[in-house]
Amino acid sequence: MDSILEIKNLKKYYKEVKAVDGIDFSVQAGSCFGLLGPNGAGKTTTIELIETILKPDAGTILFQGKPIDHSFKNSIGIQFQTTALQEFLTVRETLELFAKLYPKKKPIDEIIAICSLEDIIKRDNRKLSGGQRQRMLLGIALINDPDILFLDEPTTGLDPQARRNFWQLIENIKNEKKTVILTTHYMEEAEVLCDDIAVMDHGKIIEQGHPALLLEKYFQGVILKIPSESFPKNPSVSFSFEKRNGYVHVVTRNVEKTIHELIREKVPIEGLKIDKPNLDDLFITLTGSSLRT
Amino acid sequence: MRRFLAIFNARNLEFFRDRGNFFWNMFLPIFLIFGFAFAFSGNNDAQYKIGLSGQTPDTLEFLGFKYLQFIPYKAGDAALDKLRHHQLDMYIDFDAGNYYVNTDSPKGYIVERLLLSDRGQSLHRQSVSGQSIRYVDWFVPGVIGMNIMFGCIIGVGFVIIRYRKNGVLKRFKATPIHPAEFISAQMFSRFFIMALMCTVLFAGTNFFLHFMMNGSYLDLAFIAALAILCHISLGLLFSTRIKSQELAGGVMNMFIWPMMFLSGIFFSLEGTPPVLQTISRFFPITHFIEAARKIMLDGATLAGVMDNILIMAGMTLLFLITATLIFKWE
Ligand SMILES: Nc1ncnc2c1ncn2[C@@H]1O[C@H](COP(=O)(O)OP(=O)(O)O)[C@@H](O)[C@H]1O
Ligand SMILES: [Mg+2]
Repeated sequence: MDSILEIKNLKKYYKEVKAVDGIDFSVQAGSCFGLLGPNGAGKTTTIELIETILKPDAGTILFQGKPIDHSFKNSIGIQFQTTALQEFLTVRETLELFAKLYPKKKPIDEIIAICSLEDIIKRDNRKLSGGQRQRMLLGIALINDPDILFLDEPTTGLDPQARRNFWQLIENIKNEKKTVILTTHYMEEAEVLCDDIAVMDHGKIIEQGHPALLLEKYFQGVILKIPSESFPKNPSVSFSFEKRNGYVHVVTRNVEKTIHELIREKVPIEGLKIDKPNLDDLFITLTGSSLRT
Repeated sequence: MRRFLAIFNARNLEFFRDRGNFFWNMFLPIFLIFGFAFAFSGNNDAQYKIGLSGQTPDTLEFLGFKYLQFIPYKAGDAALDKLRHHQLDMYIDFDAGNYYVNTDSPKGYIVERLLLSDRGQSLHRQSVSGQSIRYVDWFVPGVIGMNIMFGCIIGVGFVIIRYRKNGVLKRFKATPIHPAEFISAQMFSRFFIMALMCTVLFAGTNFFLHFMMNGSYLDLAFIAALAILCHISLGLLFSTRIKSQELAGGVMNMFIWPMMFLSGIFFSLEGTPPVLQTISRFFPITHFIEAARKIMLDGATLAGVMDNILIMAGMTLLFLITATLIFKWE
């Protein structure tokens, strides 16, 4: 597969903060790329640098192998993390307004269908629920039939139902072979949607790759979680363990053997949980801190 | 051009659909005009006003009559204009040995009888004519000017600052539209709105109050258009850098209120300290009001108000160029 975007040594410093501190990654055409990280990690800054909303202090961005120029804006669709629109316009008028700003456009009716805007198309754009508003903003981002779609935390603040609906829309867009670049701090979202992820913290990428492969790399097997209070101080066990959020985590391939050892150490089995490792666990392993802080 | 029109239309819709805002923009000036028309309608001035210039003789008993107010003038047109507009009931120029009355003024007739009853006088009669100016005739250019000032500075300046603060500007920055296209669409939209509003305001109140109009409506429209353009540019200048609406409010108030009171909207600046008059020359609105009054009340042509036109045009250019040089999306 070709990489549609290549980012090399990208940097953006604010006075005190190294918001983006020399990152490299490439995005495959037609894939969904996820930038993961806690608040303040530098996700928004990174994608706004690529969108040319911000000017980088250093680094290069190649689009289809060439440095980006002013026509790049015609090839991308953007959904900002926070945005505002002109007021007193209906959803349809808003879409039409943006449609007129681009040389190439997708028919409004198709946008309505893709983003399921039928019910709200005549509504004032300020009188929308969180999920409806995100769908309209997605519609605006798609209005020029872009090659690359940037979504900055599109589901933050939505209830679980609305979030799942939004994921479905993204799946549909992925099926149209569009490249999607998405930031999120929901690991589950990345697991569901992304083909590739990069985990960011403090302006740096600390790990990147295919989600399943990354989990493979860091966790061979499943995670056993034992409540800390029922775990002995200095157990003589063959496996390594780590304390986290009131639980002792044990990563193991051989569940049976591990549980035998625990029973031998008189650890009660009642509170014990077995989880498949997920990106949350990966994140904790990588950064030593939980995401949702 | 299509992009320009799209933004232009969106902004117009945003304005006209904001009923509350629209209502206040229209209602306040109408209320002011009718309010002042009623408040100052009766001519309950018991005194007679006589302008004097030149060396006053001691022999004239007339100068000691009760209920006559004598106001010194430099010889010249100012006093005659006042006489024409019934702001003076008589004007006497002792050096020339002439007295002037307005043949359309009943009060002038009375004062003339009084003067002639004084046997000591040896002045020659000169006459002028002209309808009296009601306060509202004088006031209406002020209200229109005030409307232009608020409508443009707030409608362009404040709105762009709001767009910048809440992210509308950033959203457009993400599209292929050029900043100059976006800004000029905002300006044209406001120009269109203000021109429409001023026309409706003037024509609507004129229908009931029949303002004095000695000049040409076209000239008046030209002056108004120039004033709108000038204030839009000023609004744009305010909007170039400021990020917060609170700061914007403060800065704009700092300019708008002095302009309200020092540009002769409500009362004439004649007789105020010279420093205030000098300050007032720096406000574009002063020049609009002055020119509009000259056209409406004195029947001036565009050539007659060329000073005001040139100053407003110069200010417009200055504001526009500075604004484009320092404008920032964020
Ligand atoms: N305009 C700015 N001025 C100063 N600091 C900024 C600015 N924008 C972002 N930052 C800082 O850069 C860091 C990264 O921010 P951001 O990219 O928004 O993170 P994220 O989107 O991952 O939450 C944060 O510490 C933030 O405070
Ligand atoms: Mg962010």
